[in-house]
Amino acid sequence: MTGFADFIGGFGDIMTVKVTTTVNGKPVSGDVEPNTLLVEFVRENLGLTGTHVGCDTSQCGACTVHFDGKPVKSCTILAVQAEGHQVVTIEGIGQPGNLHPMQAAFQENHGLQCGFCTPGMIMAGIGIVERNKGTNLSEETIRAELEGNICRCTGYHNIVKSIAAAARGN
Amino acid sequence: MYNFTYHRAGSVDAAAAKLAESGDAKLLAGGMTLLPTMKQRLAQPSDLIDLNEIDGLKGITVSGGTVTIGAMTRHADVAASAEVQQAIPALAKLAGLIGDPAVRNRGTIGGSIANNDPAADYPAAVVGLGATVVTNKREIAGDDFFTGMFETALDEGEIVTAVRFPAPQKAAYFKFPNPASRYAVVGVMVAKTASGVRVAVTGAAPCVFRQSDMERALSGNFSADALSGITQDADGLNEDIHASAEYRANLVVVGAKRAVAEMA
Ligand SMILES: Cc1cc2nc3c(=O)[nH]c(=O)nc-3n(C[C@H](O)[C@H](O)[C@H](O)COP(=O)(O)OP(=O)(O)OC[C@H]3O[C@@H](n4cnc5c(N)ncnc54)[C@H](O)[C@@H]3O)c2cc1C
Ligand code: FES
Ligand code: FES
Repeated sequence: MTGFADFIGGFGDIMTVKVTTTVNGKPVSGDVEPNTLLVEFVRENLGLTGTHVGCDTSQCGACTVHFDGKPVKSCTILAVQAEGHQVVTIEGIGQPGNLHPMQAAFQENHGLQCGFCTPGMIMAGIGIVERNKGTNLSEETIRAELEGNICRCTGYHNIVKSIAAAARGN
Repeated sequence: MYNFTYHRAGSVDAAAAKLAESGDAKLLAGGMTLLPTMKQRLAQPSDLIDLNEIDGLKGITVSGGTVTIGAMTRHADVAASAEVQQAIPALAKLAGLIGDPAVRNRGTIGGSIANNDPAADYPAAVVGLGATVVTNKREIAGDDFFTGMFETALDEGEIVTAVRFPAPQKAAYFKFPNPASRYAVVGVMVAKTASGVRVAVTGAAPCVFRQSDMERALSGNFSADALSGITQDADGLNEDIHASAEYRANLVVVGAKRAVAEMA
């Protein structure tokens, strides 16, 4: 067992690491401690606060971003691991006036209430549509694939409707 | 999370060398278990050696009835692989039942079996299909790999590089997931292979195990009926807020029957 004193001792030796990555299509870099999470880097270093932290235990999906095009939980990946990879956050998929079809579908179908889970739901929803391209995306599949995203307000019904609408392209 | 020194390994040899020289280092695969454990301060490695940039550890090859999966292959890639779906559909299905899509996009087979969570799915596939675990030092039979709760036959500093699955004649996986975590309350892999019938149970006990009564019964008569008289002893099975030992014991039998029925 390592005690608290060793931890303090060890801590002094930890150096910051430079991370160079691409976020929302733009090259970015920063100095981070090795234990900095990707979500902390995105929110605190880059000021992109659309990505939320709900649980910090890999359960809720509020922190979902796309890592090389695939949805991942940014609270469970280190910022240094983004070195050389492509990260896309909710800010990168569309802007007011030029929404991504998934964002537009959530707006159209009232897919949110408080909005806390919404960035993660939208990033996960895009993943669901991508993975099931060319199939007739069923409600059952959408519900099963939303397993990792928790909403405490809506009861999911309109979220499922929004993703189905985006998949149909309306 | 306590801090640590981060190393990005470029090869298995480099990772092994780092592991040998660093005091209390740990390998970082998908991070889906290790990072939450570190956040809870249940693990405090001095160094993390990241395997994610070693391309040689990723990928699936199928040849001559053997499916070889690199240790750093993500659950999502196994689930979506047309080759795995064709050669061992039960294995693709099992991978697709792990956690949720974001977990499957990061979590790896090597990390899962090295961790040997009593409720993890892959141990049922490794034992139930009679797989071989390949490391940087040797090959370990699936039957000998899982030695106890969170314990494996891996030596200090040993790295899983791949898992080799011989394609069975047929196989099916039954999973009763915990509705919140998705981990297996009970999972049962039943396989009819060239070397006999195998039944591997995960989730029910502290470590994956083979159900030999069921294997014997199914060897004579490969049908759900053959399992009618068989019971699973609840003694020593896991007991928690999710399920009692007796409930798990019953699920083992129900799960095995359903898996066999699925193959009929
Ligand atoms: C929300 C959630 C739900 C989940 N649900 C399920 C589920 O339903 N079923 C299931 O089976 N699992 C589940 N998991 C666990 C998931 O499958 C993890 O991927 C797995 O347990 C660990 O794999 P990893 O690649 O993330 O490994 P890591 O967390 O990176 O590593 C785990 C351990 O293995 C060691 N290790 C990693 N790679 C190697 C290697 N190549 N050689 C030697 N040692 C190595 C590490 O040092 C560490 O000690 C879930 C996880 C989460 C967060
Ligand atoms: S904050 Fe990452 S999963 Fe909840
Ligand atoms: S809208 Fe409030 S948590 Fe989902």
